[in-house]
Amino acid sequence: MPHTVSIEDTGERYACSSEESLLSAMARLGRRGIPVGCRGGGCGVCKVEVLSGDFQTRAMSRDHVNDDDRACNRLLACRVYPASDLSLKVIGKLQKRVCHPATA
Amino acid sequence: MAMTGVLRPGHAQVRVLDLEESVRFYKDVLGLVETGRDAQGRVYFKCWDERDHSSYVIRESDRAGLDFFGFRVLDTATLNKLEADLQAYGLTTERIPAGEMLATGERVRFTLPSGHVMELYAEKDKVGNGIPLINPAPWSKARDNGIAPIRLDHALLYGPNVAAVQKIFTEVLGFYLVERVLTPDGNANAAVWLSCGQKVHDIAFAEYPEPGKLHHCSFLMESWDQVLRAGDIMSMNAVPVDIGPTRHGVTRGCTIYAWDPSGNRFETFFGGHLPYPDYETMTWTFDNFGQGLDYPQRKLHETFLTVVS
Repeated sequence: MPHTVSIEDTGERYACSSEESLLSAMARLGRRGIPVGCRGGGCGVCKVEVLSGDFQTRAMSRDHVNDDDRACNRLLACRVYPASDLSLKVIGKLQKRVCHPATA
Repeated sequence: MAMTGVLRPGHAQVRVLDLEESVRFYKDVLGLVETGRDAQGRVYFKCWDERDHSSYVIRESDRAGLDFFGFRVLDTATLNKLEADLQAYGLTTERIPAGEMLATGERVRFTLPSGHVMELYAEKDKVGNGIPLINPAPWSKARDNGIAPIRLDHALLYGPNVAAVQKIFTEVLGFYLVERVLTPDGNANAAVWLSCGQKVHDIAFAEYPEPGKLHHCSFLMESWDQVLRAGDIMSMNAVPVDIGPTRHGVTRGCTIYAWDPSGNRFETFFGGHLPYPDYETMTWTFDNFGQGLDYPQRKLHETFLTVVS
């Protein structure tokens, strides 16, 4: 039974099962809103804040998600698996890039 | 002998978020050969055709990325000389004792102005490629296990101070600049491709605000067919692919970029032109970086510039 994921920033809604990450379901359905990077919890570009809903997580890099982030449900969408309908807002940006100074 | 000094990339140590998941990926999907585990919990791999004990080492951590990248040098005298040369240049070096890594001699470690930890070493046990040295067959059954690259080829690293890094490699370590991409204003290099032999690159760097970042470790394939086969195996195993299969303008190499289960990018690479140290550097302007990266599509993929571990 798929759950409904809502991206509050854009109003985008899509279906995601408990066996699929928030990011991979979005990308597989050709939907947009969360930046797509490594999809393994290592690069941090898909960071979101879960505003409501239940979920499970897999390991993600502490370079991008510290204890405070975890306590506030600021997580990497590639490592979050929904257990109910869920809403989120996007935090991650493709900010740092070749030749450009740090903005974060 | 024409090749002296630094011979080749020898080992990379990479952090993973889940060790056993990563071991399965590197053994069964990428098709590396596991050659040992040490008391620190590190797992050692080599490509099937490599003769040294190991070239790719993973350890479990709470963050992804590169611990260090090491080069094999000709012999102990060369190691001692390069250590002295690095110190004379003003860099601080550290000796890591023999045996700290399995089957590996003393290492000279130093940190680049880009924040990356580099190592030089002269000794690593030769365990062979499973093919006899007398009347050798061209390959063994190990070639058919997973993607099965033949060697660790190079790495691309992201960090600040690329100009200073380039000087260390060219003025101290004997590398030469094969290709470069200029910054948008044309006054500096945004990215440099450096060789210590006749490979199109042994290491590359791109100017990036955050220090010590890994863009990718690259593994050499034997043919374009093998790169396409690697792409099939990636999809069969739901490996997240970044770019390709395609051909780079820079280096002329054929490529797929993809990510390991912890978000460390790797490349399956084939080809590239064969420069000599006397060749003139080839230059790409920033506005043509797109075809440098992806020649057929002429596309400057956003993830190439922004996604690192």
